[in-house]
Amino acid sequence: MLEFPRWKVWLIGIVIAIGVFLSIPSLIAKSPLENHWPSWLPNYKISLGLDLAGGSHLLMEADASDMQRHRLQQMQDSVETELRHDPAIQVGDMSTAGGRLSFLVRDPLQVDAAVERMRNLTKPLALTGNRDWDVQVVDSTRIVLTPTPAGTAQALKDAMSTARDVVRKRIDPTGTKEITVVTEGGNRVLVEVPGVENPEALKKLIGQTARLEFKLVDLSANPADVKAGHAPPGSEVVPMADGTGAIAVKRRVMVGGEQISNAVQSFDENGRPDINITFDSAGARRFGRTTQENVGKPFAIILDGRVLSYPTIESPILGGNAQITGNFTVQSAHDLAVSLKSGALPVTLNFIEERTISAELGQDSIHKGIIASIVSVIAVIIFMLVTYGRFGVYATIALIVNAFLILGVMAMFNATLTLPGIAGFILTIGAAVDANVLINERIREEIRRGRRLIDAVETGYHEAFRAIFDANVTHVISASIMAYFGTGPVRGFAVVLLIGVVTSVFTAVYFTRMLVALWIRRTRPRELHI
Amino acid sequence: MKLLKLVPEGTNIDFMRWRTVALVISTLLTIASISYTVYRGLNLGIDFVGGEVVRVEFAQPVSTDQLRGQVNALCGCEAGITTLGSDRTYQIRLPKPSGPQSASDAMVSKLRIVIPQEHAGARVDSGEAVSGKVSEELADSSALAIALAMLGIAVYIWFRFEWQFGVGALLTLAHDISMTLGFFAFTRLPVDLNVVAAFLTILGYSLNDTVVIYDRIREDLRKYRRMAILPLINVSLNETLARTVVTSITVLIALGILLLIGPEVIRGLAIAIFLGVLIGTYSSIYISAPVLVWLGVKPDSFLKTDEKDSAQPETA
Repeated sequence: MLEFPRWKVWLIGIVIAIGVFLSIPSLIAKSPLENHWPSWLPNYKISLGLDLAGGSHLLMEADASDMQRHRLQQMQDSVETELRHDPAIQVGDMSTAGGRLSFLVRDPLQVDAAVERMRNLTKPLALTGNRDWDVQVVDSTRIVLTPTPAGTAQALKDAMSTARDVVRKRIDPTGTKEITVVTEGGNRVLVEVPGVENPEALKKLIGQTARLEFKLVDLSANPADVKAGHAPPGSEVVPMADGTGAIAVKRRVMVGGEQISNAVQSFDENGRPDINITFDSAGARRFGRTTQENVGKPFAIILDGRVLSYPTIESPILGGNAQITGNFTVQSAHDLAVSLKSGALPVTLNFIEERTISAELGQDSIHKGIIASIVSVIAVIIFMLVTYGRFGVYATIALIVNAFLILGVMAMFNATLTLPGIAGFILTIGAAVDANVLINERIREEIRRGRRLIDAVETGYHEAFRAIFDANVTHVISASIMAYFGTGPVRGFAVVLLIGVVTSVFTAVYFTRMLVALWIRRTRPRELHI
Repeated sequence: MKLLKLVPEGTNIDFMRWRTVALVISTLLTIASISYTVYRGLNLGIDFVGGEVVRVEFAQPVSTDQLRGQVNALCGCEAGITTLGSDRTYQIRLPKPSGPQSASDAMVSKLRIVIPQEHAGARVDSGEAVSGKVSEELADSSALAIALAMLGIAVYIWFRFEWQFGVGALLTLAHDISMTLGFFAFTRLPVDLNVVAAFLTILGYSLNDTVVIYDRIREDLRKYRRMAILPLINVSLNETLARTVVTSITVLIALGILLLIGPEVIRGLAIAIFLGVLIGTYSSIYISAPVLVWLGVKPDSFLKTDEKDSAQPETA
């Protein structure tokens, strides 16, 4: 017991010093002292969870059926383009029913050539050896393209990572804000933005798919058919954005949103907000050519499957610029411009969870949480002092050191402090005290049994440690499970508990043992007042 | 200075004398708890059933009826209105948003606009909308987390002690969890994600107590080979009684303060842990220990370990 080597004292001292040092930046954060922290010193800080800092937590889920529809549509477009290259292959009865693309090849001799062309449209998937589409011939002349499960999964994965980047770009075009945008569980995007009071603007901004398409209006369509939802072959019926009926447009896309290089909100000649878009060079060429060939005809500007407007082409538009007018406010035009510039979401995202906490409520919670922590620490300290005297003082010092260490370790890992985390902090203090209670009670017991002082202290620490260890392992088990399965706040609780379990064993067992050893060595007490 | 000794020296309470009575009461209470919980159900928060919750702070006092009228008219549904401490802070709970858009066309959005318009100076403090899908997942993963934690802890105890101790720990945990569930079903306190964290903490805490007592029983089993199991458990319980009392009081002090002056948002969590500590302290004495008697733990239960020990003479 008395043999407490100097290096151990130093080691314990250094660990504590580092812990205290690391906790300082978090403690002085947002106070005038913050600016006095030398910039060359490490500046690790605990981040505050949204429940304390205020802000928005938004969870979005990809609409998989929408993605499949879109993929099928794209496949159909590329099949039509591909078949145009070979006039010998005449096809008909193209259908996308049942999530598959199928068509008839009119000349049975051309079936093999058509299949070959279709095979070239499919892509191999890395590692699996599968392709993203399955090409089959049914009834000797019908070709059927079916999306393979692996191909659909890969497409979803790609779409999710693009969606994540697009969402991030929309919220934080400059890339300087402290926001979290991560994909979760394969088909979800989680967004956490601190300091947001009103999430509605945010939701509008990131929730919009922003798939922009320019398509020619099909003038040959019979208005009665369009009303009934039928369009001539090669065309489709698209509803108007303002709800005033629908029009028929050609399936073929003149130019799409992916060919936009810039978009800004501006005003039209009547002073109404609109969006000024600039195409990239390929887009500008295509747009120029198509408008040249179709002067006098109307074309539709379609956003997310709704027609914004269908102006008539009065003269070829060759500069690569276009204005989008519609029923916009300055804000909605601005948002749309941002969305167009960041690219379209490859898949529709629906909000499935939203939690927003105001900064005031967060501030109030921190305030009350800190006061409750301080009061409970003081109460526990008083209770320790009256119960164990000198050993209570040691337990108290250990408790305070423990608090600093928890903060220091949290800062080092840049852990997030949540409201349940504060409760976890208070609970950890309880657990740390328990270790000292176990030790002190055991020492009392050993003295009662007639052991000599040093022997009693030695046995007390030795015997109590077993139970302390087992008890802490059970805490680690439940905290790890919480950290793994829990979300947000619960995880915050578990993290504090995990860190606290480790630091409290260190302070309550090793650190107090050192204090006791040093005291006994210095004063050589004859009896123990415990 | 005279030190405080809550448990006087030489305390010798015959805990095991009432073990049958305690068992009958515990069993009845557990059954009552479970059946009440099944019958009445828990007041599950939106985390587990989906729905929307808005917390508003008004500048002037507002009556519950007035607010209910306004909200019901707006949403065309039955809103749950509760005050949070005063007639200026309210929590409004709305049913699950319907449709595939779920949370995006939530009423929360409308309330955010309408409330400040109708009440000058009102502030929407928090707004949450959880779709049915997310809530189902949260409920499943929470249930799984609690089950796994119970199992993991029991397996650990089995490894460290003997199988009887593992079973004892598991029964103790089941008792604690069902009592706490019963309490929540009875008081209609909302059960949210924080309360799940509390349940897991109760598991950890209750086990903490059980482990301390089991550790002492194991030690005494080796020490007093000839003593019958009942008096031996009594000795162990009395030896650890001071520690049980001091620790429980410490934790209850800390949690009591959190309950009284801490943030309201985690009140549910604090209540659950506070209660869990009380139940856990009781169960570690009256469930964990007697179970060992019924499962036939005898001084030779650690014989294998003892043989190893005698091969290497003890150094302590």
